[in-house]
Amino acid sequence: METCSEDAAWDIAFSSLRVGYGEHVVLDEITARLPSGKISVILGGSGCGKSTLLRHIIGLSRPMRGTIQIAGADLFGLSSRDFRRLRRQMGVLFQDGALLGAMTVAENVALPLSEHLGLSRELVRREALRVLKMVELEAFADFYPHQLSGGMRKRAGLARAIITNPRILLCDEPTSGLDPVTAARMDALLLSLHAQFPAMTIVSVSHDLMSLERIADYVLVLKDGLLHFAGDLASLKASDDPYLAMFLSREAGTRLGDFSESMDARVATALADWFRA
Amino acid sequence: MSPAKLLARLGLCFTAFIQRLGALAIFMCSAVLHIFDSTRIVGRTIRQIYVIGVQSLFVILLIGIFCGMVLGLQGYYTLVKFGSVGLLGSAVSLTLIRELGPVLTAIMLTGRAGSSMTAEIGVMRITDQIDALDVMDINSMAYLVSPRVLASLISFPLLTAIFDVIGIIGGYLTGVLMLGINEGAYFYRIEASVTMTDVQGGFLKALVFALLVTSVCCFEGYFTHKRRDSVGPEAVGNATTQAVVISCVLILAADYVLTSVLL
Repeated sequence: METCSEDAAWDIAFSSLRVGYGEHVVLDEITARLPSGKISVILGGSGCGKSTLLRHIIGLSRPMRGTIQIAGADLFGLSSRDFRRLRRQMGVLFQDGALLGAMTVAENVALPLSEHLGLSRELVRREALRVLKMVELEAFADFYPHQLSGGMRKRAGLARAIITNPRILLCDEPTSGLDPVTAARMDALLLSLHAQFPAMTIVSVSHDLMSLERIADYVLVLKDGLLHFAGDLASLKASDDPYLAMFLSREAGTRLGDFSESMDARVATALADWFRA
Repeated sequence: MSPAKLLARLGLCFTAFIQRLGALAIFMCSAVLHIFDSTRIVGRTIRQIYVIGVQSLFVILLIGIFCGMVLGLQGYYTLVKFGSVGLLGSAVSLTLIRELGPVLTAIMLTGRAGSSMTAEIGVMRITDQIDALDVMDINSMAYLVSPRVLASLISFPLLTAIFDVIGIIGGYLTGVLMLGINEGAYFYRIEASVTMTDVQGGFLKALVFALLVTSVCCFEGYFTHKRRDSVGPEAVGNATTQAVVISCVLILAADYVLTSVLL
């Protein structure tokens, strides 16, 4: 790959990015830079396009317009070979881990090594166990994904994402669906990982404010298909923007549901009959 | 609806059909080509031979024996009117080897193994497992589809051969043991009428059906996320149903074309 050197800063830059599905635009005019060696959190309400943006960073979808530059290289302007070389530097934690159901946890974690490196089975397994130990799952190495809890599957997914020592780690909702303690442990894992590999660029897509407080160095806030805020956590907290204030204080806003209209009498009668039956 | 709108809609449907056919053809070629450049295809193919071949064996034996028995019964009562019951061996064996063996085996494998391929790959698609493979720089076509295609190309002809043999034994059970045809005449007629061309034709059909069924079933699963009629688990269900229906139609259509060429 010509444009990405080993020592390059692995930052991610969006320029006039428009992404969507088919004709439907999900995000437009996104121009921002996620700094290298920091933990960036992409924040926004449900359905605002956070995961869609992540899919574009991974290269699973092509943008409708604009560019995504990783370490200075235009992701979608690269040749197929260079694109694959660049993507080898990324580790991805999918929302539910995306572990292959037919393999054990250790086999799943070892998959990138066993597929590409031609090393002995023992060596690859040892490496998988080393990484599983980092995420406190070495005791579950021979379990199948369906035998694990949601939090364990995410941690196994994280282990698989970091086994190749990637320059960029992308996490899709790493704490969603987890209880507060497990979510905190996941955040602690990301922070430990960041301490261990300070050059690694970590991007987490989330709407979890507790997690934001714990891990974020840099924050992007998406709203109504546009970039609403980009800056560090302190600037986000200090912002007097009404939406950010509402979001951070978990206020519901003014657009609340209208419950004043009463039920049709016939439906109410039918329901009452059904309850009595 | 005005004739112009109807024509436009028909045109759109036809264009969509042609596009889909083209996508399927590219998918099939890609799956076959990846057989040759996939480094770990042997192990995965052996596993798929177990899933497609070994696990389908009992169903094939069951269908084969009953199919042969019915053929023996029907053949006997048809031939007895012409005083030609001695030809029962020819009738049963040629029907099985040329037509029913490859067709029924392929249809049974579509129902048993093809539907499971679509569902498995479809679930992998909607749970991001295929995306995860691509992100790990593992070619998902070579990893998931090519071993299944190769395993089908090996399993379909073998199961067809087993179906044929079991079917002939089924014909023997009804024709010889139940209805009293001479045992020697039954087997002599089989030996005299079945040529190597018939056997090769049956195997050729099995190979073509294997390629068609596996490609269609994997294609439907692989592109589950692009369905317009549904999403999520419902899309997997719809993809599975569609894969089975399309495969069965293609088996019968291809059978007609191949029979026309081979006869």
